[in-house]
Amino acid sequence: MIPFTYLEPASLDEALALLAQHGEAAKLIAGGTGLVNLMKQRLARPAFVIGLRALKPLAGISADGALKIGALATLQSLATSAAVRQAAPLLAEACGHVATVRVRSMATLGGAMAHADPNLDTPPALIALDAQIVARSKRGERRIPVDRLFTGYYQTVLEPDEIVTEIAIPAQPAGSGTAFLKFLPATQDDYATVSVAARLALDGNGAIRDARVALGAAAMVPVRAAAVEAALAGKAADDKTFAAAAALVLGAIDPIADFRGSADYKRKMAVVHVRRALAAAAAKAKRPA
Amino acid sequence: MRSIKLTLNGTPITREVEDSRLLVEFLREDLKLTGTKESCGVGVCGACTVLLDGKPVSACLALAVHADGCAVTTIEGIAEGDRLHPLQEAFLAHGGFQCGICTPGQILAAKALLDAKPHPTRAEIQDWMMGNLCRCTGYYKIIESIAAAAGAE
Repeated sequence: MIPFTYLEPASLDEALALLAQHGEAAKLIAGGTGLVNLMKQRLARPAFVIGLRALKPLAGISADGALKIGALATLQSLATSAAVRQAAPLLAEACGHVATVRVRSMATLGGAMAHADPNLDTPPALIALDAQIVARSKRGERRIPVDRLFTGYYQTVLEPDEIVTEIAIPAQPAGSGTAFLKFLPATQDDYATVSVAARLALDGNGAIRDARVALGAAAMVPVRAAAVEAALAGKAADDKTFAAAAALVLGAIDPIADFRGSADYKRKMAVVHVRRALAAAAAKAKRPA
Repeated sequence: MRSIKLTLNGTPITREVEDSRLLVEFLREDLKLTGTKESCGVGVCGACTVLLDGKPVSACLALAVHADGCAVTTIEGIAEGDRLHPLQEAFLAHGGFQCGICTPGQILAAKALLDAKPHPTRAEIQDWMMGNLCRCTGYYKIIESIAAAAGAE
């Protein structure tokens, strides 16, 4: 392992001060499943590693229709949380699909956002839920919609002195249905070949009132498929609508060829899985009375 | 260097560790507890599974300093004297291992499951154990061993 100096602040203010002091020479560590692998591969060589685990208030989950999830909540705690399953089952499902129980027991939701690996399962789920992250620095606090957080492979709009403190998920549209599909042709613990998160809300006539569609492992960043969403608005929630809208995902994605499949294969699978995710979300949506 | 205090297999200890020491290095090289194996080194294979405050973690991805203040359980700590843990007995009785390299990780992962859920279904066992690879491919016997230990408890 590359040598570094480990610092463990006892409070958020202390953590923000350390980050402001060390800037780009420092990296934050929560569960470590992302950063430790990057350091082993020499892709990250921080002189200072700032551990956040003592900041216990950042691990809480609170629900009042909306969900406030502390950045240090582990993916396993979210996958099994009754509050998350009730308010945002899409997120619980996506967390339950991440790697293995070991990784889920270590990895945190805030860490996943800051890590910004486009293959992760949680970003598309959070985008489909209209989630925002709360970022704090000594300069103040700002909220960033998750669909505007990612700028490139392992890159975000976060500044070097900012810490993700919370993930905020608003109350979801009444009766909306969600689905998370992770296409795994090889092993269950793998990254997705493509993943799709969808949320549909219907009106009293069964037409689509509101749609969200986001994908993982489909481009350099987690992708929101705005063209697909626009093609669904106001249409009947049926297979014909879903097939026509799903085809438009091709304009939003740019997958790379790897051992999980060629770029062309992934494009075809993205269309198939968007269509299936829409049908699955519609099946769970309830028309308003 | 940092001073860390942890409860290792039930015994409180204090040790000096390098800031960048990995938990697997600390256990195997500093404490000479070589029952924990390292195989893939990237958190995928499960050979280095240990319990940190009862939760299964990859010791190859955990920093030793993150064990500070925690309870760490390794394969060396689950028998009571000469009396093997029921999971160890079950792996012996049901042939739950072949070459044995993955076995400490398999047993610790299974212990975390049974501690949280003493009577899992076979599907729950399979889902939980999915991340512990056996390159001898002895999966059926591993699942059988865990199911037997769960039934016996």
